[in-house]
This record gives sequence, structure tokens and C-alpha cells, in this order.
Amino acid sequence: MAIEARHVSKRFGTFTALDDVSVTVDDGALMALLGPSGSGKSTLLRIIAGLETPDEGEVVIGGEQVTDTPARSRGVGFVFQHYAPFKHMTVHDNVAFGLSVRRRPKAEIEARVKELLGLVRLDGLAERYPSQLSGGQLQRMALARALAVQPKVLLLDEPFGALDAQVRGELREWLRRLHEEIHVTTIFVTHDQEEAMEVAEQIVVMNKGRIEQTGTPRDLYESPSNEFVMSFIGPVNRIGDAYVRPHDVEILAHDDGSATEALIKRVVHLGFEVRVELTLPDGRDISAQVTRANAAELELHEGQILPVRLPRPRVFAA
Amino acid sequence: MSSSASGSIALSSGSTGRAAPRGAPSADGAARARKLGVRTIALGYLALLLLAPVAMIFYRTFEHGLTPVWNAVSEPNAQHAFWLSLEIVAIAVPLNTVFGIGMALLLERGRFKGKALLGLLIDLPFAISPVVIGLALVLAYGKTGWLGDWLAENGIQVIFSVPGMVIATAIVSLPFVARETIPVLRELGTDAEQAASTLGASGWQTFWRITLPGIRWGVVYGVVLTTARALGEFGAVSIVSGRIEGETQTLPLYVQARFENFDITGAYTAAVVLALLAFATLVAMNLLTRRTRAETIA
Repeated sequence: MAIEARHVSKRFGTFTALDDVSVTVDDGALMALLGPSGSGKSTLLRIIAGLETPDEGEVVIGGEQVTDTPARSRGVGFVFQHYAPFKHMTVHDNVAFGLSVRRRPKAEIEARVKELLGLVRLDGLAERYPSQLSGGQLQRMALARALAVQPKVLLLDEPFGALDAQVRGELREWLRRLHEEIHVTTIFVTHDQEEAMEVAEQIVVMNKGRIEQTGTPRDLYESPSNEFVMSFIGPVNRIGDAYVRPHDVEILAHDDGSATEALIKRVVHLGFEVRVELTLPDGRDISAQVTRANAAELELHEGQILPVRLPRPRVFAA
Repeated sequence: MSSSASGSIALSSGSTGRAAPRGAPSADGAARARKLGVRTIALGYLALLLLAPVAMIFYRTFEHGLTPVWNAVSEPNAQHAFWLSLEIVAIAVPLNTVFGIGMALLLERGRFKGKALLGLLIDLPFAISPVVIGLALVLAYGKTGWLGDWLAENGIQVIFSVPGMVIATAIVSLPFVARETIPVLRELGTDAEQAASTLGASGWQTFWRITLPGIRWGVVYGVVLTTARALGEFGAVSIVSGRIEGETQTLPLYVQARFENFDITGAYTAAVVLALLAFATLVAMNLLTRRTRAETIA
């Protein structure tokens, strides 16, 4: 079901968490709310879930006004950053909770729990307690628990934030595939641009309680509408008023007249990519990104002076 | 617990021994001596203050065999005092448990003006001497008291009877449950409760199925302390009860009365019963927590 937040504002004391924010998420979409901490992304998610009340504005889920509907009647599945497990219950009872408070027949609960534990690949762990699970397993249990009640929409607050890099990578891909399978409208909050770009179809970039830009990962990367989005989505060099992506910085073998000279301060090998830290003649530091092959060809090393060209610098209107 | 602690200590001293073979043994020795010293002082202090006097009471009680003890226990006033004490505990402790949990929720989860003041008021029974509490109750509910006329007209006797004693006991043991529950409630956080609400649980369902199981250790501990305190209460109850033998005499009051009447065996025996009751409460709690904890960990 489609989700709409219209002109939502929220203040905590003197701090403005959200300032007249409007977002539309299409039915079945997978959207990321991306922004630094304090940007209001989690607050927006919690308002959609009914865990916070907006000072102004309204929330519409599937065409239905839910602004004054309590969280328990909104039909949302919510996954918390720290999983919020019910520690005194087994995995089975955690997943069954939503159905059991609805007083569903036992047979139905058993069947549904079994199905969901299979879906999140926790079969065999049903009788464990949360204290016996790893972070990734807890997160999958929390997801199964949220999905058990067949929510109209799925909301995830920094779902992978507390996991180590490898598990995070696996779960991202898994979430993406899960979404393809069950197609429930999903919003997830993250501060990690790579995560947002990898998982989401649509990204809403937030900053200081406002929306900076909405678009596909590619839109945001290729045509950022302002300097915040440009510097938040991917690495960037700032040269005066202009911005250049490190991979757009060209290191040349010979000066063809259009280049400036730069001194190599450091060469960092990152696998396929090599990051080259450079100092321009005016003393400014920039970084360039080249492929491993490219670096080898140019025999890049510290202290070298080479011509570089900065094509496509981007200038944003102030 | 103690075995795992000593295990880790042995491990760390082993590794320092490898790293600095010459300096280690003397440092080890000093550390061991220090630890031994601390333990001796702690145990000695406990023995002097608690174990020795309690042991003395047990010794003196059973000094002349079981017959005098049996006679003292089966004495009607002693029996009455025993059951009266249990009755008061059975009313005051559940009252304070419900009140304490409610207060803890209010103080930890509520947002309202005067919260700090309320938190202070809850601790007041700890700060005020029980004797003062007893006197205050007499002033409020006694014949010449503030509510005295109204109570007399409606045929309710509070002072010199069980209701007053229950009130006095409830007041002196008031803070325990709230104070033990608040930190556990804070640690529990609100995430699980919010998760329950998004899953469709009502406020009541969330309390019974998520919050209460989450704070049960704090509550149980608070109940045990409340029970122990309620059982042993002397000062406030002494004033409010009027100490009528066989009527408003609780076990602690009975001990005092026997002692003053030079019935040493009677006093000691009742004291031992009191100590055993308190001990049983502690053991019950220990068994309870151990069993349920095993459930969550195993």
C-alpha cells in the first residue's frame, strides 16, 4: 500500500526534527530515508508508524487517514535498530506474539510461525532465546516477527546499523530479494549511502529536518540537486565553489595543455581501486580514484609530479 | 560465579608470570595477601555484627532442649502474634507491590510536572523514623485525631486495631518495590514495548506480556525486601497497635513483651521464629530467581 506523509513537522523542545516534510512512497516500493544523524529520518519513520505524533501534518497509508490512529491499529511492521527482542520469550514466541495478541487459532499461529522462520532462515532455532542468537539472527527474527501479522507496510529503522560489515552485506542483499518475493511497501532508514544505493529503488535524502532530494540512486549520484546531496552521496573534492568526484579526476601521462600539475602525496591501494592523494599548485589537496591497471601503467608513487585534469566540475547556485 | 572469577584471576596471573618471570611472584603474593585481607575484614565485620548475635540467639533458645521451646511456641499469645504478623504481611506486601510497580512506571515512563517531588516523597518513609510515622498515624486516625470523629461515626477503628497496623507496616516498607523496579525498568527501555504496540498489543497486553516479565527480577527483589521489612517492623506498629496481648501484638512486639517480662525463653524462641521467617523469604526468592533465570539462559 502507498504511504504518504504530508507537510509533517515535529519539534522536540527547541529542536526542529522535521520541518514541513512531504514524502510519497508508491505501493510495493522499496525506499530509503538517507541522511546524517539528526536529519529527522528516524523521526519521520516513527511518525509513519505511529510511535511519535507529528505537531503538524498528516500520514496516509493506503489512502486511509491514520494520523490519529494508534500504532497498534495502523497495520505497520516495524523493525528496530537494536531489534527490540522480547528477551523472556523464545524465537517462536517472539514471532508468534502479534498473532497471539490477536487471539488467532493455535494451528494458524503454528503454521505461520513455521513459514516465517523458514523465510528468514531461522528454522531449527525456534526454541532458542534471544540471548543465544547472533546480531544477524536477531535482526532476521525481528523481521519475521514484524511480517507475521501481514503488515500493510514494513518500516525498518537502521536495520543493519549494529551489525558487522560482512553480515550487513549479506542481509542487504537478502532484504532486497525478500522484497522482490513479498512485495510489501517498505521504507528503511539509514545513514549509509552505499547501503541506500544498494538496496533501495528510491532514495529520499534528508538533512536538518528537510528533504534535500528524492530520486533513484543513479539520479542522485549523477544529478545531485545541491552540494549537500553531492557530498553525501559518494566521495567528493571541493575546489572553491566547484565539486569534482575523485573518479572524474584524470591523471595524465603527458600534459596536453589542458592540465595542471599536481604532486602525489600518497597512493592508497584499495583492491581494484587506487586512491591517489594529490596537492595542487595552489596548495589545495584533492583525491583521485583510478583503477589498479591505470595506476600501474602510470607507475604512480609518492613524490611524483604529474599533470591532472579536472573535467566536469559542478557548481551549485548558492 | 566464584569459580569463574577465580578462573579468570588464575589466567591473568599466569600470563603476567610469563611476561615478567622475576617480578611476578612477589606482585602475585602481595595481591593475594591484599585480597585475603579484604576478605577477612569483610567476613569479620559480618560475623561481629550479624552472625555472632544471631548465632547466640539460636544457641540460647535451644540451650535447654526442645521442650521449653515447644511450650513457648504453643503458647496462645505467641500463636496469635505469629498469625497476626503473617496476616499484616499478607495484606501490606501485595498493596505495596501494586503501588510500587505503578509508581515505578509513573516515575520512569511518565512525563508530568512534580515528578521530582513525587520521587522524593516516595523515599520519605526511609528518612522518617518509624516512631514518628506511628505518632503521625495516631494524630491522623486516632480518637482525637483529624479523621477520628468521622471514623468513629462510621464504626471504623483504625488505631489500636489491625487496619492501623497494616497502614503503619505499609508505610514503613513503601519505597522498596518502586526503588528496586525503577532501575530495571530503565534498563529494559521502551523498544520492546513499542515493538509490542506495533504488533497490535493493547496497553494492558503489553504490560502483562512484555513489561512485567521484563522487570520481574526487580519486583521480586523489592517484594522480598518489603516482606522482610514488614515482618520485622516494630516502632510504628508498636505505637499504633497499643500492644494488647493476644489482640494487637505482632511477633516483634511479642518478643519485646516477653523480654520485658523476664520470659527469656519465650523472647528468644519468638525471635528465632522471626529470623527463620525472614530466612525462608530470602531462600524462596533465591530459588525462584534461580529457576526462572535458568529458563532464559539455558
